[in-house]
Amino acid sequence: MSVVQVKGKDVELDEDGFLVNPEDWNDDMVAYFASQEDVTELTENHWKVINYLRDYFKKFGAAPMVRKVCKDTGFSMQEIYELFPSGPAKGACKLAGLPKPTGCV
Amino acid sequence: MASKFSATPEELSKIDHNPPKKGWMDTPVEFKEHTFCWGAKGKNLAALELPNARDWSPADEDWKLPENWQKIFLDGMKERLGKYRSFRLFMDICVRCGACADKCHFFIGGGDPKNMPVLRAELLRSIYRRYFTVSGRMFGRAARARDLTIDVLKELWYYYYQCTECRRCSVFCPYGIDQAEITIIGRELFNLLGLNIEWIAGPVANCYRVGNHVGLEPHTITSSVEFFCDDIEDVTGIRINPTFNRKGAEILFVAPSGDLFADPGTYTAMGYLMLFHELGLDYTWSTYASEGGNFGFFTSNEMGKRLNAKIYAEAKRLGVKWILGGECGHMWRVLHQYMDTWNGPADFMEVPVSPITGTRFENAKSTKMVHIAEFTADLIKHGKLKLDPSRNNHLNVTWHDSCNPSRAMGLLDEPRYVLKSVCNNFYEMPENTIREKTFCCGSGTGLNASENIELRMRGGFPRANAVKHVRDAHGVNMMSCICAIDRATLKALMEYWVPDVEISGLHELVGNALIMKGEKERTLDLRLVPLPGKAAKE
Repeated sequence: MSVVQVKGKDVELDEDGFLVNPEDWNDDMVAYFASQEDVTELTENHWKVINYLRDYFKKFGAAPMVRKVCKDTGFSMQEIYELFPSGPAKGACKLAGLPKPTGCV
Repeated sequence: MASKFSATPEELSKIDHNPPKKGWMDTPVEFKEHTFCWGAKGKNLAALELPNARDWSPADEDWKLPENWQKIFLDGMKERLGKYRSFRLFMDICVRCGACADKCHFFIGGGDPKNMPVLRAELLRSIYRRYFTVSGRMFGRAARARDLTIDVLKELWYYYYQCTECRRCSVFCPYGIDQAEITIIGRELFNLLGLNIEWIAGPVANCYRVGNHVGLEPHTITSSVEFFCDDIEDVTGIRINPTFNRKGAEILFVAPSGDLFADPGTYTAMGYLMLFHELGLDYTWSTYASEGGNFGFFTSNEMGKRLNAKIYAEAKRLGVKWILGGECGHMWRVLHQYMDTWNGPADFMEVPVSPITGTRFENAKSTKMVHIAEFTADLIKHGKLKLDPSRNNHLNVTWHDSCNPSRAMGLLDEPRYVLKSVCNNFYEMPENTIREKTFCCGSGTGLNASENIELRMRGGFPRANAVKHVRDAHGVNMMSCICAIDRATLKALMEYWVPDVEISGLHELVGNALIMKGEKERTLDLRLVPLPGKAAKE
């Protein structure tokens, strides 16, 4: 567990750098996570994936299958990796403020 | 936050097997970054009513242990020595012959002598001797006994989360000592002190609360299966409508939840759906018993039992005759060796009989639970499936014997029989790396986290090396297996050591080859990738 200061606000992160409290999520945090996960510039396409992930999580209480992300956003797997170099689970989910997927994954 | 793991395969393959100059008791443990997992979060320990629930980190000096931690540990050990004869026996009988020393994938790929199974066990045996034998009490170190200090506890912890309970070493032990059982007890003792790892505690808490490790709620499960059915329709033109929680179904089907979430397991799930549809099987999925795996088994006997209970409970509630289980690894050690006495006898069900072939599965007479590989092998043996193996011609396939189905239940020939029926190009890895002597993926028993990635890549090195051999010799580009942890972790392992070899489950390949009534001409495989021409056998 660690605390980072983002725009003057203390935010708690877990060891993997994911949000501990989902209510801390905001645009500033997305920008901060982007800097941590090798996303150089946040584009409309990034936001398309982030918003999709958040909507899905609200409805289903878990991150979506990567296959589903691709199908529903229209991005190929390769494009997802280009947008989020550390991948859909570690990168995109982190930016979207979702917990890290667990289990046999 | 941890730094990024950046060691190249070239760097990691330079393995030093020379032991340190000093003896093992005088070589203190060093917690190396990327070789250990994060400590369990307090909220997950609390959710499971496990003791000493608090956030903690193995990297910290202070592990926030209760003041009387030594007493708790030793009392726990005493209780288990009395309760489990196997544990006492394994503490007593090792003669240090060394047959196991070079059989562990972590030792082969890492070179740390404390990962020789004999020495890993000795870490705990030295405590056993000090507190539970006369010679150890009297002669201490001269009798290879040592005090349980905080540094000793940390050393034990570090190495007992560097064992995947794969049991390869026990195949070679002339006494049949089962190192997995020693690790299991070690981890139970850590759990008395709140020392689980998060990658286990998180899934266990999910499973206890929601019913599966991934944390998929009922509407998420049905939505995911629906998604697979859409893709199956794209591939075959056939619409499948599976049922959930259906009372009166003949068979309950239980799969690892990873197959409903993570690639390439999701393609295996499509294979299950297609096969059952084609057979017209009277079966149901359950959103309650929605996990075949059991990370509770990596926590304690009690926790394993607690999570396992819902499978029989659901079978009873739905009134099914028997249970069919999917491609999950450690699930089958639990089902084959523990379930019957934990939560059985399941005498409210019947001895499983295949409704298609009439085969009575005598081997599952007591548990009432049949492995899908034996179910499918039986179908093929009786000529009940129409198969076109040429649809897998673009694949040169090898078979990874997942540790638990192979070593814990002897499932060696059934999957091979299925594989050879659905693929034309099959190549075995070298003899001492398959069947009972199979090498672990390096990430089992809840060690499939990301923060311990160096450990995983080192532990998987012997397996990867054998794959490299068949890739170079036969152009193998696909390794198939029957374990969800394997499917998730071998993918990363191949990307690191043997790029361009992909991973699949068995029933993904069955789904590719299965000729279904009324299907359209297949132009895509289950990954929705165009199938090369039928004559594509290069």
